[in-house]
Amino acid sequence: MPGNGKLKLGLYWAASCGGCEIAVVELREKLLIVDQVADIVFWPCATDFKYKDVEAYPDGYMDVCLFNGAIRTSENEHLAHLLRKKSKVLVAFGSCAYEGCIPGLANLFDRESIFRRVYLESESADNPNKVVPQTAYHMPEGEIEIPKFYNTVKTLGQVTDVDYFLPGCPPQDPQIWAVIEAIVSGNLPPKGSVVGANEKTVCDECKHVREEKKIKKFYRYHEIIADSTRCLFDQGIICAGPATRGGCGALCTKVDIPCRGCYGPPPNVVDQGASLLAAVASVVDADTEEEARRIVSEIPDPIGTFYRFSLPASLLHRARR
Amino acid sequence: MSNNGKFEPRIVAFLCNWCTYTAADTAGVSRMKQPPNVDIIRVMCTGRIDPVFVLKAFAEGADGVIISGCHPPGDCHYTNGNYKTFRRMPLVEMLLQQYGIEPGRFHWGWISGAEAPKWAELTREFTEQVRKLGPLNWKKQFASKED
Ligand code: FES
Repeated sequence: MPGNGKLKLGLYWAASCGGCEIAVVELREKLLIVDQVADIVFWPCATDFKYKDVEAYPDGYMDVCLFNGAIRTSENEHLAHLLRKKSKVLVAFGSCAYEGCIPGLANLFDRESIFRRVYLESESADNPNKVVPQTAYHMPEGEIEIPKFYNTVKTLGQVTDVDYFLPGCPPQDPQIWAVIEAIVSGNLPPKGSVVGANEKTVCDECKHVREEKKIKKFYRYHEIIADSTRCLFDQGIICAGPATRGGCGALCTKVDIPCRGCYGPPPNVVDQGASLLAAVASVVDADTEEEARRIVSEIPDPIGTFYRFSLPASLLHRARR
Repeated sequence: MSNNGKFEPRIVAFLCNWCTYTAADTAGVSRMKQPPNVDIIRVMCTGRIDPVFVLKAFAEGADGVIISGCHPPGDCHYTNGNYKTFRRMPLVEMLLQQYGIEPGRFHWGWISGAEAPKWAELTREFTEQVRKLGPLNWKKQFASKED
């Protein structure tokens, strides 16, 4: 650590909702401790550094960069490469950077169909000249450019080398704090590790009582009032707990909301959606193919259900174009 | 696989050791006519076939996938492995469809050890079906350079 002995810390947001920034602010008074041990040298959400300031930093200038958000545009990708170069440790912070998250569900579509829907077809669109974003525009004053919107959302790790992955949508603040402490003390696990989470599944942290599951009918969350003592999955509500890494403290199931899977796959699971699909299939109470088909055919939107947070990181990454 | 630039489908078949693999073996030994497009992966029971196997096959370049094992209810040598299969695979079909993979690229079903001609026929018909659908080439879907 150079100069004043303080850590040089950067934070960035790419394609994300801003929730990860809120999660950092949720550290509350601990932010003052962060301020004591670290100099923030880049944080577009809260400070006034410009890209050109970052470009002027020597390579490896930042000790740690917490990068949230997926790679949706050429600007996101450019910053991913730039921040990689300028940081000693690059952390994929939150589900978007780690595995694509909700913005990644746009991988069911492509640029053209998204633009068509958003700029031409949507009920609120008032666009008589049918204008859709162009990357370059000629004006009398010269040419202006905006970043290119990609066909496919990617994770940070798919465009550059990442040192650590911190899951969650958003990551829970005690977990963020634990990671910051580990960084400050230099007590970091091997490169490539998932940090700020557990090695077991959400079910391991969940208080609901599990019995043998036999499901004749799956319910969507709004179709049933869940018994708050029994396992939600046992009641026919698809819960991603068995296919999701713990670390959140089973916050959602605590209030009888099924786990959606935001902490990503547990260790050794390659594809979170396939793992959840297998878990769902295993509880189907059917003795014939026809009955099994009838029971599962009521599950709407399989990709949105099984890969809600992990489509870009999944084996197939996106729907076919 | 390509033959003088002509598309040759690459098909991955996961077969259980006790029924369909035996049928495939018999079909081979009996010199029944089969296309060379089907690569067989033998598993002990279809119940071992994690849905991720199917996705991985497509992701890594398969144009079609076959799963076949022992007839339900009673033929599975592990009692209910084939039950696991018929509970899983309808969901896998739904998933593949949403990914944009045509139903004709995925077949699952049952062929007993005594049904070697049925296996040979399946390989012929399925290969032609996939040939008509053309190459899937999933890796190209996710090329690293964005247009
Ligand atoms: S042993 Fe053939 S399906 Fe189980």
